Amino acid sequence: MLELKNISYEVSDEVDDSKEILRDISLTIDDHFVAITGPNGGGKSTLAKIIAGILTPTSGQILLDGEDITDMSITDRARAGISFAFQQPVQFKGLTVKDLICLAAGQELKINEVCDLLSEVGLCARDYIDRELNGKLSGGELKRIEIAMIRARGTKLSIFDEPEAGIDLWSFQSLIHVFEKMRDSIDGTIIIISHQERILNIADKIVVLSDGKLTNYGPREEVLPTLLGTANATSACKPLASGLE
Amino acid sequence: MDTIQKNILKEVAGLHKVPEGAYNIRANGKMDSRNTTANIDIVSKEDKDGIDIIIKPGTVNESVHIPVVLSESGLQECVYNDFFIGEGADVTIVAGCGIHNCGVDTSKHAGIHTFHLDKNAKVRYVEKHYGEGDGNGENVMDPVTVCYLEEGASMVMESTQIKGIDSTDRVTKGYLKKDAYFEVKENIMTHGKQVAKTSFDVELNGENSSTNVISRSVARDKSVQEFTSTIQGNNACHGHSECDAIIMDDAVVNAAPALNANNIDASLIHEAAIGKIAGEQLIKLMTLGLTEGEAEEQIINGFLK
Repeated sequence: MLELKNISYEVSDEVDDSKEILRDISLTIDDHFVAITGPNGGGKSTLAKIIAGILTPTSGQILLDGEDITDMSITDRARAGISFAFQQPVQFKGLTVKDLICLAAGQELKINEVCDLLSEVGLCARDYIDRELNGKLSGGELKRIEIAMIRARGTKLSIFDEPEAGIDLWSFQSLIHVFEKMRDSIDGTIIIISHQERILNIADKIVVLSDGKLTNYGPREEVLPTLLGTANATSACKPLASGLE
Repeated sequence: MDTIQKNILKEVAGLHKVPEGAYNIRANGKMDSRNTTANIDIVSKEDKDGIDIIIKPGTVNESVHIPVVLSESGLQECVYNDFFIGEGADVTIVAGCGIHNCGVDTSKHAGIHTFHLDKNAKVRYVEKHYGEGDGNGENVMDPVTVCYLEEGASMVMESTQIKGIDSTDRVTKGYLKKDAYFEVKENIMTHGKQVAKTSFDVELNGENSSTNVISRSVARDKSVQEFTSTIQGNNACHGHSECDAIIMDDAVVNAAPALNANNIDASLIHEAAIGKIAGEQLIKLMTLGLTEGEAEEQIINGFLK
């Protein structure tokens, strides 16, 4: 169970103007599959990075299964059971797909074990296992390998930051299946940041973040109807519209 | 050969025992042992220190090991080794030098290697430099490799220097005729106050000759690295050089790749990149449970692999 208590995050620019990216977010996540959605710039990725320990909140507290992890490093949180799939997968010169999957697993895996993890995300292992994780791989391939790393870790909490970002529609269509399968096969909690209706459709609960604030959180059946074609779209337009008035 | 020498031999040539095929092991300035085969002859030079390695035309799937071990502090030597690779031969040559210096004097080995590849000959040349020792004596290596490639010949040179060499000034030259190919892969890591200079000079003289020079290096602590490469395109040819360095701590890296196109059909490319380890790479590995130090080691090991 993940608890966020009064999480705020501020940044200051050069002229010392501070900007609130997240405002007083309080949230308890104990379901299997939770989607975070909302307009761009609403603070979704920031919140994910705060959970993974990449960013430190200005104020507030984070608890994982009752343990306060607010001051824990990225490494300690990873060891405590948090995995984080980057929106833009990181590339490494020299490290191969197998190297990274093994690092993620925390042990040397047999070839067939790596193959299983890669085929779960729709990659033919034979073609990928020895390839360097560099720019020669497509955006879709990098995303799949990123997801395979999270699967290799098998932690109690897995966070995916917009897996659909930066990949073409066809790649995304097949990526959806990966998440549908993962929802049925993985233990623990999956938090996925997404704008995609098909992802929201398989969520147990949906969190809506807008302008740094938690604007809605509840079961999919309640939250989703408020988003489709209405609230989510208009909330992004509101600032624009008010500027025109 | 004592235990120290045997350990060094393992580091530089991966040898646990006497190698198969032809070999010449040199220890502390003298020949330790030698073996020749029906196709590969090794002859000591009479006018200066060094050997001639003569490989018969058509020799395939054979290898030559010529490791050098220095375990006597303060020993300084310059050795001339000439390789003559016959037409159509396809061989692997493993060189390498290891120094164990536990004294206060400078130990130095300069290997001047000249390769003559006849028509369509193929060579894979592996060279590893390694130093160790608990004294204050410096380990110095100044290798020179000059390669003459006849029509259709190809050579891949893999050189590695990861540990223990305080100062190195490495010069590699290639002269290529028609359809010849020369590839160099160099991996260097320096630490402490080490200094490593490497310079490549490849002349693409024949039509359709090509070269690929790839250097990857890591400079740590207060070490200094200098990389220069010049590719001369004197005919219709392809040349590519790539220098990629990770800089850490207070190290200094200087990369100066140069291209000289002297023919309208010469196609030459160079790439040079120097930078510290990207923060996002460290963060990614830390989200997998590695500490920052472990993440750094993994990134460096992968980079130099």
